[in-house]
Amino acid sequence: MPKLPLVRPGPDGSVTHTHASPIGVNATRERDDDIEAVPLRHPWRWVIAAVLLVVFVGVAVSLWQNENVNHPTISEFIFDRRILDGVVLTLILTIVSMVISTVFAVLLAVMRLSHNPVLNSLSWLYIWAFRGTPLLIQIVFWGYLGLLYSQITLGIPYTDFSLFSIDTNTLIPAFTAGLLALTLNQAAYSAEIVRAGMLSVDEGQYEAAYSVGMSPTFTLFKVVLPQAMRVIIPPMGNETISMLKNTSLLSVIAVLEVYTVATQISSQNLRQVELLVVVSCWYLFLTSVLSIPQFYLERHYGRGNARVLPPTPLARIRRVLRPASRPGPAPIAPGAKTNGPHTNGPHTNGPHTNREDAP
Amino acid sequence: MTDFAPAEDAAASATPTASAKAPLLNARKVRKSFGGVEVLKGISLEVATGQVMCLLGPSGSGKSTFLRCINHLERIDGGRISVDGELIGYAARHGRIFEMNRREVARQRGGIGMVFQRFNLFPHMTALENITAAPIGVRGLAKPTAVARGRELLDRVGLADLAGSYPAQLSGGQQQRVAIARALAMDPKLLLFDEPTSALDPELVGDVLDVMRGLAADGMTMVVVTHEIGFARGAADEVVFMDAGVVMESGPPAEVLDNPQNPRTKAFLDSVM
Repeated sequence: MPKLPLVRPGPDGSVTHTHASPIGVNATRERDDDIEAVPLRHPWRWVIAAVLLVVFVGVAVSLWQNENVNHPTISEFIFDRRILDGVVLTLILTIVSMVISTVFAVLLAVMRLSHNPVLNSLSWLYIWAFRGTPLLIQIVFWGYLGLLYSQITLGIPYTDFSLFSIDTNTLIPAFTAGLLALTLNQAAYSAEIVRAGMLSVDEGQYEAAYSVGMSPTFTLFKVVLPQAMRVIIPPMGNETISMLKNTSLLSVIAVLEVYTVATQISSQNLRQVELLVVVSCWYLFLTSVLSIPQFYLERHYGRGNARVLPPTPLARIRRVLRPASRPGPAPIAPGAKTNGPHTNGPHTNGPHTNREDAP
Repeated sequence: MTDFAPAEDAAASATPTASAKAPLLNARKVRKSFGGVEVLKGISLEVATGQVMCLLGPSGSGKSTFLRCINHLERIDGGRISVDGELIGYAARHGRIFEMNRREVARQRGGIGMVFQRFNLFPHMTALENITAAPIGVRGLAKPTAVARGRELLDRVGLADLAGSYPAQLSGGQQQRVAIARALAMDPKLLLFDEPTSALDPELVGDVLDVMRGLAADGMTMVVVTHEIGFARGAADEVVFMDAGVVMESGPPAEVLDNPQNPRTKAFLDSVM
């Protein structure tokens, strides 16, 4: 097989470069024999992009020119006072129910993982019940609790003694019922996410924490949960977006969030499609906004786990403005530590070069 | 360190001969089973204050399990372990033995440091935070005091300038030295090492062993599970050879390592040296 070796020892044992050594040992060290290759072309990407562009433009134009859609109605209602109030209420419902349900979920997850059989079964029962029934039914249940119990009384059971008694519909108005339904349902789902996050933390972390005298509770809050957060946050971002849209289900108990308001308006002016477009625009906007805190939370809890944190959008923009000058792999960012093939560049000796033990 | 001198002509005996006072670690007939398999079959050992004991033996011989029993990471099925005269994991009251609650166990563990094979540093904390977390959170030390002490300990293990680094940015040897500093931060009476150099690249082993030798010279009481025969020979006051959950042989390193009496010890030492 005479063609295989690019580099082989000469008769006297010295190494002879048979060609210009395209993949030779010096490829990364010397600049003058760097690869001057024509970058690989990707013609199909352009073809597919062009086809898709034509399709999208066609759909957009046909929607825009559809005579059944009244565009002035959309612009009239998108910043309507009632719609804006609905948007605010939707946002409040989403944030409040997510925050409370997350706290509740941590409690449920800890109970589920506890060795205490009572707490463990209780948590299992809760998750079973609230995940096993439709959210819509739970909303109706809390909204019409007054039909089941017209009075709510605090006192000693099976006696006539009572501290106070209150009308159910006064104690739980529609907003509270909606919040309760969303929170309790979400807690069951979030509990499983938190539990998965806690299970992802290595057993050795518990042992290390216990070995320095930390109590189980201290270990949970200082050692386990901060590490679990890295696993918990991406699916919780998902749940938040899901929650934002689930608030529209509260229309069945007449909570005045943005979807309910839109249906009320359209039942008067009969512009159903236009108002649904208005509502969809707002949902899209809110989901986009909600993904911003997720990015920064992930970055925060990723510290110490990745050697280099992902760049912030600002840093990314700066990098795009300083493009790579040469073909081939992207230059390594300053401070990045990679053991890839291009470690001889000027950038690799970043601030953290303490990988080797000091002598 | 003066109450026990590993002399070549010391009488061959299964127990340390040195101190008249009560040993710091006293294990009596410790038994432990995992799912019906008995991994510790009655281990009796004593370590006096300031002494270093090395546990040797093939894997699966129960030496790591025994070490984990000492700070109650494993619950023993029989026998007794006491540290500094205090029963571990149990309290004796009115002639009966009661299981300790978790706060009591945590307090006991605070006095017994442990260094793990896989380091087990907290990855979300810097080197310094790893060291100060327990003194601040468990002992209630003021933060400036804990930080000053933490820096002092990092300096002692030769890592003074890496206080702000996260574990992922450190080499294995550096991580293990931070782990030793973390254990020292609680001022333990007894320090346990579970194969502290087994997960390290060969060239990084020396730094960790140097730190351990320094601790031994300073009079720290240590129980070390290791395969580093050289370390055992140089730093240990007593070497214990375990196999299949039983202590086969024990004594000063010169005797056990150079003139083993038990054929199992002989075979093991031949295979590792």
